Amino acid sequence: MDAIKAEHLTKKYKDLTVVDGLDLAVREGELFSLLGVNGAGKTTTIKMLSCLTKPTGGDAYLLGNSIVSNTAEVKKSIGVSPQETAIAPNLTVRENLEFMCGLHGFSREKRKQKTADLAERLGLAQVLGKKAEKLSGGYQRRLSIAMALIGEPKILFLDEPTLGLDVLARSDLWDVIRLLKGKITMILTTHYMEEA
Amino acid sequence: MRILIFSGRTAKEILRDPLNLGFGLGFPLVLIFLLSAIQANIPVSLFEIGSLTPGITVFGLSFMTLFSATLLAKDRESAFLQRLYTTPLSAPDFIFGYALPVLPIALAQGAVCYVAAILLGLPVTLTILYAVLFLCPVSLFFIALGLLFGSALGVKQVGGICGALLTNLTAWLSGVWFDLDLVGGIFRKIANVLPFVHAVEMERAVLNGDFSGIFPHVWWVLGYAAAAVALAVYFFLRQMKRQ
Repeated sequence: MDAIKAEHLTKKYKDLTVVDGLDLAVREGELFSLLGVNGAGKTTTIKMLSCLTKPTGGDAYLLGNSIVSNTAEVKKSIGVSPQETAIAPNLTVRENLEFMCGLHGFSREKRKQKTADLAERLGLAQVLGKKAEKLSGGYQRRLSIAMALIGEPKILFLDEPTLGLDVLARSDLWDVIRLLKGKITMILTTHYMEEA
Repeated sequence: MRILIFSGRTAKEILRDPLNLGFGLGFPLVLIFLLSAIQANIPVSLFEIGSLTPGITVFGLSFMTLFSATLLAKDRESAFLQRLYTTPLSAPDFIFGYALPVLPIALAQGAVCYVAAILLGLPVTLTILYAVLFLCPVSLFFIALGLLFGSALGVKQVGGICGALLTNLTAWLSGVWFDLDLVGGIFRKIANVLPFVHAVEMERAVLNGDFSGIFPHVWWVLGYAAAAVALAVYFFLRQMKRQ
């Protein structure tokens, strides 16, 4: 079954066409890469698919739900790790994860369990008590992905997850992404040919 | 429930920033002690503790605009808000989540200023409690301004407009540092159509137990607070839509 199916997805800002009639299909459990130079429309595509911006034409279906007419259902099934780090800087890693758990309505018990589980899976256990702003770039990206995974999404969007990271941090982060491969559908954007 | 969780995060972000504590709490206290010391050497009625403290509490609230605007602008620029827009949070969750936790911080700041004033000789009366409570609408005005600026401006602009311009406007146009009648003319007229001097006069009347003296000032404060809240909601929803 297709997890994502885009049909003539288009985004225009006045006279500028950013995404022009995109058709794509991503099967469940697949890791799908959007490769392109800066300004190619990768982030805009992710923003449209994650209901952050409305398409000006066409539609896309995530697990059968339209991103135009059924955004509430779409939001229940997705997780997004934006291009910027998008973490709460003055909260610790644990607090960031528990905060996201709370927003998804998990019980106190489940919050603790979920936080411990994700910290273990993404290699964050040793920095749980550290303030997010004090983490290295690589750890901040891991935290960002962990926060996107809190809601137990079926589809995960990773926008330039390795941007600005050094070689080692990139390699570590790719280990994390490989770990998730096959378990959930992932769409990631990159402008590195070797990553795509 | 989600509002409470979001509010908790807002409060932690603000209170864990040492600069916020320094400006929000330290600066008004320094001013109270400094101006009281001046008053002790060169008596000026404006700087008598019963007149000075209400002014300083109102001036201190201008930092609430800076705190809430900076947090919101940072959340926008770091795409943290974008991430939150993909969660089940609704627009009212966001607005209340940003605004509500700043209110107790504002009242606590006012209370600390009055405690300092008591140490400097302000008589302990029930009107102090009322004066702290009357800070609510003033706080609401400044917090709403924070949401408005945080929704419309970037972090650097917020620093300039809320950190420098607004705090100075509040100081000059509130009659805290000098009697506005001494300047008179257009300056006095401008001050009178803005809420700052009315907020200070309202606070002074409440602290002195002159409850009829809160009029018409309270109407100015409530009017500006209502307008600021309406504009803040509009600008927040507009940026939410744009995201």
